[in-house]
Amino acid sequence: MFIPCYIDQFYPQVGIATLELLEKFGCEVVYPSSQTCCGQPMANSGFEHLTKGCNDLFIKNFEEFDYIVSPSGSCVLHIKDHLHSEGVGVEAGGGGDHGGAGTEGGRGTTIPKKIYELVEFMTDVLQVGELEASFPFKVGIHQSCHGQRGLKLAQMSELMAAPFSKPERLLKMVKGIELISLTRQDECCGFGGTFCVAEEAVSVKMGKDRVADHLHHGAEYITGSDMSCLMHLEGILHRQKSTVQVKHIAEILNSRL
Amino acid sequence: MKQHGGKPGKEDHAALADAFNKDEARVNWHDETLWWIRQKRDRAAHTIPEWELLRETASRIKDNVLSNLGRYLEQFEAAATANGVTVHWAADAAEHNAIVLSLLRRHGVDKMVKSKSMLTEECHLNEFLQEQGVEVIDTDLGERVVQLAEEPPSHIVLPCIHKKKEEIGEIFHEHLGTPAGNADPQFLTHAARLHLREKFLTRRAALTGINFAVAETGEFVVCTNEGNADMGAHLADVHIACMGIEKLVPLKKHLGVFLRLLTRSATGQPITTYSSHFKKPRPGKEMHIVLVDNGRSVHLGRKEFRNSLKCIRCAACFNTCPVYRRSGGHSYHTAVAGPIGSILAPNLDREKYADLPFASTLCGSCSNVCPVKIDIHEQLYKWRQVLVQSGHAPLAKRAAMKTMTWVLSNPSVYHGAGKMGRWFMLNAPFTVNNGMNPWYKQRDMPPVPKQSFGEWYKKNKK
Repeated sequence: MFIPCYIDQFYPQVGIATLELLEKFGCEVVYPSSQTCCGQPMANSGFEHLTKGCNDLFIKNFEEFDYIVSPSGSCVLHIKDHLHSEGVGVEAGGGGDHGGAGTEGGRGTTIPKKIYELVEFMTDVLQVGELEASFPFKVGIHQSCHGQRGLKLAQMSELMAAPFSKPERLLKMVKGIELISLTRQDECCGFGGTFCVAEEAVSVKMGKDRVADHLHHGAEYITGSDMSCLMHLEGILHRQKSTVQVKHIAEILNSRL
Repeated sequence: MKQHGGKPGKEDHAALADAFNKDEARVNWHDETLWWIRQKRDRAAHTIPEWELLRETASRIKDNVLSNLGRYLEQFEAAATANGVTVHWAADAAEHNAIVLSLLRRHGVDKMVKSKSMLTEECHLNEFLQEQGVEVIDTDLGERVVQLAEEPPSHIVLPCIHKKKEEIGEIFHEHLGTPAGNADPQFLTHAARLHLREKFLTRRAALTGINFAVAETGEFVVCTNEGNADMGAHLADVHIACMGIEKLVPLKKHLGVFLRLLTRSATGQPITTYSSHFKKPRPGKEMHIVLVDNGRSVHLGRKEFRNSLKCIRCAACFNTCPVYRRSGGHSYHTAVAGPIGSILAPNLDREKYADLPFASTLCGSCSNVCPVKIDIHEQLYKWRQVLVQSGHAPLAKRAAMKTMTWVLSNPSVYHGAGKMGRWFMLNAPFTVNNGMNPWYKQRDMPPVPKQSFGEWYKKNKK
């Protein structure tokens, strides 16, 4: 189990819910204690070349496992696309083709192929068909971009293709939950990593607009599979003194209320 | 007059976006207006069952063009020349501007009409010609509005989308003598029509852009909703058409793919009102084509960035971009704004446009709407790496990143730092919750737990 740095530090309950969920479905879960971060904050700011330390550490911590599961789509996408280490195949000058960096070469790691975001692990690997969970509230789903457009957890509104949503499929198994619909089903919340401070004005405006969409449709909770987006939305909700709360999807799927 | 700023430091995207956001009601209006166009695009695309196949086809045709660009350009030149058109080659903006000026001088023309051409915006042709004593009238209504307002366009398809109709009424009142306070769109359009009609009838030279040029036949297509390109070109003795070298399609039949995609992606219309094909000059008249490189061949050589040259300038990526909609076109301080502009501009000037690839959350919506499937958000990511490595990242950010990297690659330091951070927040919230922290300006910090997950795990699971 990979618990991203900010979840470890600020949202331990999300890590606990993830662990309990995985154990409920019979997984033997190990949390390697020397894990830190996937390196995305640096890489998305243009400092991918400084992420070697993070990458090496990540490989050392996780190479031995059958699956690596994490409650954060964004971090998982970063590992899938950009994990590489010295001697691991990725073309010089950064980048490389989307998906599959680091899967070839002498010291190649198989991590990008066996890392899963929690929701997709539950739907695609565990093939969860029912849940013993209840959460009797009106809930809005925030489709985090990296999970949705990067990991394809749900169909994207820009494409002319059949709709589906893995988070929604799981949430519909929760007793008592009422999922609300949104005016803009998959607009970005504006968190964007260091964007949230580097472009503070636009970031906050995007977040306020997302929050307003959820409030307008009567959400009591906003959920999603990326705590970073939710942390941003929570910051705005608190500032507005709203009673609406954010909850990571793992907490709802693991709840008995 | 209407130069895009682009000074580093204070005038970067973040600062300009911050200024735009001072008027939240206006941001809401701008966002809603462009979102409405995005929705029109969605509805138009839904009417085509083979939409995704069409995008894929367009993408592959353009891949072929980029891989054989030299050959297609020569084929196009030969065909156009055989049609009686004079073809000019311009290596950069200065050469382009000089060619246009020399053509005007040769015909003794000091007044010209111009329909929309983002290439001439890129080359700053209007400013150049005005300095040389040539008057240029932009005949696209939106372009004419921003020209009168002495501003650059804020959007490549909807140049004055940042102006409300009341503001346009004021501009027309000042420049065209319409009654003060009249902001009726139909009335204002009629006034512009009368104003422009006189220009069309009296100008002897007309410049147009080019949407698509066909290598096979030497013809080119100009798409407008107002017919202003046709009006200008048909009434003038000299028609000068300017295009970036990437605007080619190999065969005439390929237009069937691109014309179906272009306007549906751009405005949600099935097709532009006028899709005019130009092939040869009328008897006694002249037609010129200026083929402009201006950094494109250098871009073509960059494996990771070259497919941005597939762009057909529909601006679907602008309309869908949650950042563009809330920061306005001028915040990009370049002729082609939005996500596509942010990956094209650093090619022209890394120093000046180093901020643009960072003006994105990398949400990926741009890549999904792109009718030629440019991997825009992935190129934004790659540009960030290139810009940082070539020393274009602000120093402060660089230092902070190094610290962060050090902390996150050393587990023991990380665990110490995390604990310290939480201790500070628990005991002295003002140390982080203050004006120096851009997170806190309009957002609260996350509530601080007593222990980290790692600590909980150690106590409860090991």
